[in-house]
Amino acid sequence: MNAPTLIADQGRTLGQNHPDSPLAISGLTVSYGEKPVLFSVDFVVPKGAMVAIVGPNGAGKSTLIKAALGIVPRIAGEVTVFGVPYEKARHRIAYVPQRASVDWDFPATVRDVVLMGLYREIGFLRFAGRRHREKALACLERVGMAAFVDRQIGQLSGGQQQRVFLARALAQEADLYVMDEPFAGVDAATERAIIAVLKELNRAGKTIVCVHHDLATVPEYFDHVLLVNVRKIADGPVATTFTSQNLQATYGGRLAAAHVEEVAVVREAAGEGR
Amino acid sequence: MTAFLAALLLGAGYNSAVVTIGAAILGGSAGAIGTFILLRKRSLVSDAVSHGTLPGLALAFIVMAWLTGDGRDIVALMAGAALSATLGLLCVDWITRRTRLTEDAAIGAVLSVFFGFGIVLLTVIQSLQTGGQAGIAGYLLGSTAGMLRSEAETIAVAALLTGAVVFALRRPFTLVCFDEDYAATRGIDVRLTDLAMMGVLLAVTVIGLKVAGLVLIVALTIIPPVTARFWTDRPGRMVLIAAAFGAAAGYVGAAISASGRDLPTGAVIVLTASAFFALSLVLSPVRGLMSGLVTRLRFRRRVHERQGLLALARGEAIYDPLTIKVLRRAGHIRADGVATLKGRAAAAAAVREEALWALYRRLHPDEAAALDHQGLVPIDRALPPDVVADLSARLEPALTGAR
Repeated sequence: MNAPTLIADQGRTLGQNHPDSPLAISGLTVSYGEKPVLFSVDFVVPKGAMVAIVGPNGAGKSTLIKAALGIVPRIAGEVTVFGVPYEKARHRIAYVPQRASVDWDFPATVRDVVLMGLYREIGFLRFAGRRHREKALACLERVGMAAFVDRQIGQLSGGQQQRVFLARALAQEADLYVMDEPFAGVDAATERAIIAVLKELNRAGKTIVCVHHDLATVPEYFDHVLLVNVRKIADGPVATTFTSQNLQATYGGRLAAAHVEEVAVVREAAGEGR
Repeated sequence: MTAFLAALLLGAGYNSAVVTIGAAILGGSAGAIGTFILLRKRSLVSDAVSHGTLPGLALAFIVMAWLTGDGRDIVALMAGAALSATLGLLCVDWITRRTRLTEDAAIGAVLSVFFGFGIVLLTVIQSLQTGGQAGIAGYLLGSTAGMLRSEAETIAVAALLTGAVVFALRRPFTLVCFDEDYAATRGIDVRLTDLAMMGVLLAVTVIGLKVAGLVLIVALTIIPPVTARFWTDRPGRMVLIAAAFGAAAGYVGAAISASGRDLPTGAVIVLTASAFFALSLVLSPVRGLMSGLVTRLRFRRRVHERQGLLALARGEAIYDPLTIKVLRRAGHIRADGVATLKGRAAAAAAVREEALWALYRRLHPDEAAALDHQGLVPIDRALPPDVVADLSARLEPALTGAR
């Protein structure tokens, strides 16, 4: 990176420097009151990468993606998507929120939720047609939820709800998938099903960014990692960045030494497996 | 009674027919926008809006009486009502954002202050030397008796327009109600959408003041949506059903009031809407009291069937009369209690189901606890196919090993 850009220029410099990056962030700062939740984070997601955003609770992981996607206001910083300002390319991004963020008693069936992913495609005034319904069903098929299409969403288990959210993202046919804790509170079978779909998307050239809490699975699932705790601690390929020192720096005292060792062992095992 | 029937069948003259139809359209629009307000969890706001109209209404009356000698100009009254309700909304918004009070406290405060101030102005109006004071009282509880034709037409057209706006904005409304963060990532301006929602609510309230009355119009935006929730699990249908209940309540209320008795329209509308609510509460197939009873009975039968089939599989004798009855009805056992061919197949299937569910409970205890039915639903209808395949794959060697 060049010298930090102190004056916002609507992402011109940032976009010129990273025209291919699905998501480039520079100087991103978010605060509630005078306490910064995120401070001056620079991060460039390489095209076609599978990225884990890792850090302790309250480190600003979710806030980072929410601020990048314009959900939470930022007090400083710039964001470009495929080299252009976020607003011009938001249709290339599919966001999968945390499961706990919505009211599951809402009067909607699985079909209704997936159809929300076709919001742009259906258009403002028109109704969902047969083509849209079939597309929604095809997306549900990919996550193993086609049989649940008429179920009210509150009657699903946590893992099933997460699958429906993934199906909605698939319906958007995006190039960048941004997911907030997709594996939180889901069963092991669902975790396998979700990671299989994500790897398939990745093979098709899509970029995936996940806020992730389970350190043990980082080397197995992802190839790129961002370690964050209010500030960026480190980012880069998992093989060189996901080290005990960096984890210690990210988690400080909150990560028991034993856990770091364990992660290191898992990493070595995964490395040997390759 | 005949006057009422005539009014109900739109036979009480052109004027009351227009009033009745106008009230129905108003009820429909109120039910539709009320659904989104309910799903946005801001139903209480509609109460603040309706009570917030009173000071503006009264001031408009005083100004018009002073200017023209008669305060009952419906357009001026609506404009005054809209202005003061907007002011009330801004107050609620300001208090919520700038102080540590929560929105419900702010609503309570604004609502009572505005209403109190309006009542004071009403007593001032009673002492004025001008005609039509009785007309303003009709805005409190609603009155369609003696409504002018032009007034009724204004109400009908305006209500139709608000309904059209709700229809046009239904998709952004739904997305924002379900998940505002996700809506924002799809390019929807959440603040603007909320503003539009409030704007339509305000418009419907102001238009409906004369018909339903400002104390009771809130019922038209709350009761029909709550009633509709009993009949559907889908957002679009909920809006339509709420509009239908609202329209029916508005229609009946206006017809009775127009039939000449001195009944306040608002009260009749609320009673009609409440009757629909009570009926839905009992009869709804989705979440009604009756369906709860049916579901419980059906569940009991399923428990007995499963227990009976497992007993058959183990070759145990069955003594429970209900279990025997259920099994015999399903053709699983003959009259003498011996299992039929079909019964033996069902018993084997039940054993397998039970084993799969037991395995699922062991592997994924949290997920299993969150599911209803505790394993009485066929597993391939309750779990995604890859999970079932995984369970079966784990189960097969165990079963063959046991043999």
